Amino acid sequence: MPDQRPDPDALLASLHREEERARRGKLKVFFGMCPGVGKTFAMLRAAQQELKDGVDLVVGVVETHGRAETEALLAGLPVIPRKQIEYKNITITEMDLEAVLARKPRLVLVDEFAHTNAPGSRHPKRYQDVVELLDAGIDVFTTLNVQHIESRADAVRQITGATVHETVPDSVFGLADQIELVDITPEALRERLSEGKVYMEGRAAAAAENFFKDTHLTALRELALRFVAEHVDKRLRELRSVGTFKTVWRSGERLLVAVGPSPSSTQLVRWTRRMAASQGASWIAVCVETTTPLDAEGQRRLEKNLSLARELGAEVVVTHDNNVAQALVRVALQNNATQIVVGKSRNPRWFDLIRGGNLVDKLLRSAGSIDIYVVPAERAAEKPPVWLDWRPAQVSPAREYAEVFALLAALTAVGWFIVPHSGYVAVGLFYLLAVIILSLRVGPGPVFVAGVVSALTWDYLFIPPVFTFTIGRFEDMLLFATYFAVALITGQLTARVRAQERNERMREDRATALFHLTQALSAARTLDDAVFAALRQADAHFGAKTALLLDDGNGSALMPHFAGSFVISDKERAVADWAWRNKRKAGRFTDTLPSSEGFHVPLVREDTAVGVLILKLPADATLTLAQRDLAESFAAQLAQLVEREQLRAVGEREKLLAESDKLHRTLLDGVSHELKTPLAVLSAAVENLTTADEATRADLAHEIRTATRRLNRLVNNLLDQTRLESGALRPRLDWCDGHDLLNAAIDGVSDSLEGHPFEVDVPKDLPLFRADAALMEQVIANLLLNSALHTPAGTEIFLAAGVDRARSRIFFTVADRGPGLPAAMRERLFQKFQRGDAAKAGGLGLGLSIIRGFVTAQGGDVVAGENPGGGAVLTVYLPYTEHGDVPAE
Amino acid sequence: MCAAKTNVLVIDDEVQIRRLLRITLEAAGMSVLEANAGRAGLEEVARCQPDVVVLDLGLPDMSGLDVLKQIREWSRVPVLILTVLAAESDKVAALDAGADDYLTKPFGSAELTARLRAILRRSSEESEPAVVRFGDIEVDLAARVVRRAGSEVRLTAKEYAMLRMLVVHRGKVVTHGQMLRELWGPKAEENTHYLRVHMTHIRQKLEAEPHKPRHLRTESGIGYRLVED
Repeated sequence: MPDQRPDPDALLASLHREEERARRGKLKVFFGMCPGVGKTFAMLRAAQQELKDGVDLVVGVVETHGRAETEALLAGLPVIPRKQIEYKNITITEMDLEAVLARKPRLVLVDEFAHTNAPGSRHPKRYQDVVELLDAGIDVFTTLNVQHIESRADAVRQITGATVHETVPDSVFGLADQIELVDITPEALRERLSEGKVYMEGRAAAAAENFFKDTHLTALRELALRFVAEHVDKRLRELRSVGTFKTVWRSGERLLVAVGPSPSSTQLVRWTRRMAASQGASWIAVCVETTTPLDAEGQRRLEKNLSLARELGAEVVVTHDNNVAQALVRVALQNNATQIVVGKSRNPRWFDLIRGGNLVDKLLRSAGSIDIYVVPAERAAEKPPVWLDWRPAQVSPAREYAEVFALLAALTAVGWFIVPHSGYVAVGLFYLLAVIILSLRVGPGPVFVAGVVSALTWDYLFIPPVFTFTIGRFEDMLLFATYFAVALITGQLTARVRAQERNERMREDRATALFHLTQALSAARTLDDAVFAALRQADAHFGAKTALLLDDGNGSALMPHFAGSFVISDKERAVADWAWRNKRKAGRFTDTLPSSEGFHVPLVREDTAVGVLILKLPADATLTLAQRDLAESFAAQLAQLVEREQLRAVGEREKLLAESDKLHRTLLDGVSHELKTPLAVLSAAVENLTTADEATRADLAHEIRTATRRLNRLVNNLLDQTRLESGALRPRLDWCDGHDLLNAAIDGVSDSLEGHPFEVDVPKDLPLFRADAALMEQVIANLLLNSALHTPAGTEIFLAAGVDRARSRIFFTVADRGPGLPAAMRERLFQKFQRGDAAKAGGLGLGLSIIRGFVTAQGGDVVAGENPGGGAVLTVYLPYTEHGDVPAE
Repeated sequence: MCAAKTNVLVIDDEVQIRRLLRITLEAAGMSVLEANAGRAGLEEVARCQPDVVVLDLGLPDMSGLDVLKQIREWSRVPVLILTVLAAESDKVAALDAGADDYLTKPFGSAELTARLRAILRRSSEESEPAVVRFGDIEVDLAARVVRRAGSEVRLTAKEYAMLRMLVVHRGKVVTHGQMLRELWGPKAEENTHYLRVHMTHIRQKLEAEPHKPRHLRTESGIGYRLVED
């Protein structure tokens, strides 16, 4: 099979790479997670082995940091003396590149790949020296830590807090032909550290304690392992692309990352993307919308994070739930995610406790077999969590606090007066009532404050001994403690109930909106109706002006739909065009062309966009995630609708094609039968003519005449039908004399009327009327023929004409005493190729169709009816106006 | 070759039609010349000066109508047009261009010979007869008197003028246009109802069954024809 052969281009590129590698020296990297894992040691051991194998090798530079074990290994290896470089009165030693190149060994050891050379060296970076060595065809052994990889430096900084200045571009690392991972467990490393076997650079030494924390080491180790795995995988992929099979190796893993408005989510998204890429896994970004409203800034950041995820290839899911953990697990299960990635909470412990544990705890409890990755957030980027944000929408917290203090003050005043009569316990109950009432009105923050303040006030002013915070009696103490607990719990509980209620309501609003939409759509009969309904719904729901652009059917341009409630400017057209071509949202509230007025949502079906929905919100409006989601749902519904319509159109076209196919077959069958019958008669009769006697000859001649007439009629009908269908028929209206016309028509079909008693009832003073005489003559002839053909011999045929009572129409009626026309038959009577079941042989069923065509062309009409007393009646009506004056002589 | 008998030139590109016409016409005692295209036909007309031309409207090299017009530029030879289902307007155009009669394919051979004879007789008449009779009608063109069964019929001036046109061109179709132009002037061409109204009156005065006229025939969409027998 052709597609199992390797792609020739890929093969060639791979060969090129191979060639280059053969010419170049080979690079082997001894790779570790951090200093002290024994890279240099491993390198030297490998070198000793090479030396034993007779390889010509030299040591370019090796840092032993005075470790005895390392020094021991260095023994016996030829070392190129280092170059001395004077810099600011300090003597620095660097590898003598020129000397190594001049010596041209087979293999050179160059420690610390990421090292920065002293000023005045040939290259600023040691890896550049290495590249030159490789170019010279010399193999190089080198060492490197994961923190020095440019793409991982950021991650390491987040893990350890130490900033790395010496980095190696990933592309240079990519030159490595072989990577040896030098791996030890964090425990072993710490042991070595405590034994003083690990050397730290000056700057890092200060942070050493932090650097070598167990958790950090684990993370670094994973990072290093993953990096190597990824690198190996890349090599594997390279091999694969020239292999003979193209199946994608998938790890079967699917990652899910929880995305929020926090800047750390950005890092989370990138981290997940790296993970997913290294695992060859697909990933989804989930945003759980809670009832907590986001401020404009948070909203913007959230959308940015989500769009970043989208750009990096994630599938984005937005869901609504106040229980974030539950929502994440739900989405994970729905999407077969195997790993959930969340940011590490930076909330204070007590905050998490109030919230019933932090997200990670909750996730761990409910995630089942799904792996949970907790990625620490970058400290600097993290804004301290503002839990006061957790408040009902639209009310400023200051006002709520004012309300809290006003109510408590009023209550305290009242309490002060009634306490002599009621006792301080009743006052406490009043306070409790106030807190509960407040919890119905204000956010959890103010409620919490109300609880605390009221408790303290009660204690200070009312619980004896008054004016102290001390509580004398044990029962009072119990009372106070209970009060405090009840006030706090009720407050928070009520707030939560309200939040849930709001959430419910929001969800219901969405559901209702969608329900209304689907209902409107299903009620719509045409696409236009549906679009109209959908846009009006959108208008109402978003309080916006909406417009819709649909593609023109062949995907080359967008056409505005008439149902839009605003005129789309050229600028918006361009934005819509972008959204359409890129199948991504654009315009306001997005990253693409955000300065435009409208929010553009493409109507995407499968992998094509069939149009763009534009929402034009008021200038000061914001678009919540829920609304955005709803807008997308609207767009999805519309897309589905458009697709359905397109499918229907295709179906219709196919049906039409099938119909016309059937028609053609009928026509062909009919025509061949109709043509061949008279031809058969003709050829037989003509043959017989020569041998027949006189009497038979006359009969034969008659047969021949009949056959020719039939043929002639058939050909005429076909030609007339063609004229009608091609639109070539242009009636020449002229004043006609009904008698002349009827006479001519009757003459033309007189032979067919033989055998039918024929009666004509036309008033002698039938006025002139305007018609195309030739067409009308044929109409009448066809009417008569039709009756003659469809009725048994011997039954009567009537022809009548006249002007109707209103004198607006002139009519011609042909009635017969045949089997009549069943009602079902009448509907399709005038379609072409309709032949009565009882039709005698002959005729294509074109007669009536031609009648209708001709009559309609002259502005008239033809109707079929029942003849009282049996039989069919066909009446042709033509518009009638009196002719103008004839000049007197 | 130009024969001495009545010469008929057939201009038609269909060899079968030519053959059939030859058989039919020779059986009727005429000699037949053939041309298979317009130009060849024109040459034949010039060379042999036939007594009558049978001209097909659909010719390969030029339209029959153009052939007819060119013939009419220098010859008054009678021309019978053959058409295949041509629209009425084509027939009218041919008649207006000077054709003497037309026949629609398919046609009967008896009809063809009858038409040709009528044309030939007309053209052979040296001068217009003073009195023309058909059925029981007698039209005295010199005295401008019409008699039916011996008694005079009073016609209006226009009625007489119409009848006269038909009588003069008896056996031949007179188109509505020709009549209207001649009797009412070139601007009246659309007013065919004039003709219908007058013709109804003429028929009522002359025909035994005015609604089934025997002599004053209507050619649907084209004009009128006076049939003598």
